[in-house]
Amino acid sequence: MGEELRLTIAADVDVVEARQQGRALAAVAGFSSGEQTVIAAAISEIARNILMYAKKGEITLSLVQNGDRQGVSIVASDQGPGIPDIDRAMQYGYSTSHGVGAGLPGAKRLMDEFDLRSTVGQGTTVTMKKWRRAN
Amino acid sequence: MEVPILRQGQYLIASIQSALTDADLSHLREALIAQVGRSRCRGVIVDVTALDVMDSFAVRTLRDIAHMARLRGAETVIVGIQPDVAFAMVQLGLTLKGVATVLDLEEGLAFLDGRTKDRGLDPKHKRPPSGPFRG
Repeated sequence: MGEELRLTIAADVDVVEARQQGRALAAVAGFSSGEQTVIAAAISEIARNILMYAKKGEITLSLVQNGDRQGVSIVASDQGPGIPDIDRAMQYGYSTSHGVGAGLPGAKRLMDEFDLRSTVGQGTTVTMKKWRRAN
Repeated sequence: MEVPILRQGQYLIASIQSALTDADLSHLREALIAQVGRSRCRGVIVDVTALDVMDSFAVRTLRDIAHMARLRGAETVIVGIQPDVAFAMVQLGLTLKGVATVLDLEEGLAFLDGRTKDRGLDPKHKRPPSGPFRG
């Protein structure tokens, strides 16, 4: 393993770059093209959230292994305003930015593991993983 | 990356060539809606074959294009959603409710021909230069 890619998210081109890098890494991990697209979509949502709410942040992509299972890990962190009401932010269709409200809950649906930590005034970190189905 | 918009008879065809940023998508929406009026067209085809991912922003923008074009008197059809992209959209819980989607460009043209005929408009003729629509 050891492959880790850190990407700065500060403009909308970075969102495209992050999801393309995520797709490439998912391909390395052996995910099907359908699953690569799912992973890319999750990264797109989470990266856009950084831009919308924190303006700037970072996404770290890496390969992970658990026993004989392979997967990808995506960590998105920012030092933005934080999320005052995490329960509501995770509600599908709830948005404070006139968005669709599919960002966080959408990404959660797409991934196998999803962990959100946020402190108001300090920032937000989303850690998500997708595991490859055993063939 | 700017999306080229071609005029074919009564229709506008926007064919997306590569991954788009949010700004590119918003620009496409504005350009299409402006052109619907300028070229007095009856139909809009957005070809998304080259889109790597359709996340919540892309889906919302396409929906907005279709609804805005309809308010301007033109029907919109989205063509070329790839199987992997459709898979991720469904998992994300995103729908294009109220927006016509067909397999490819050829079917898109056939769809618009049918639609404009339904409205008593021969697609081969320009719409009257002025006066309200008398449906």
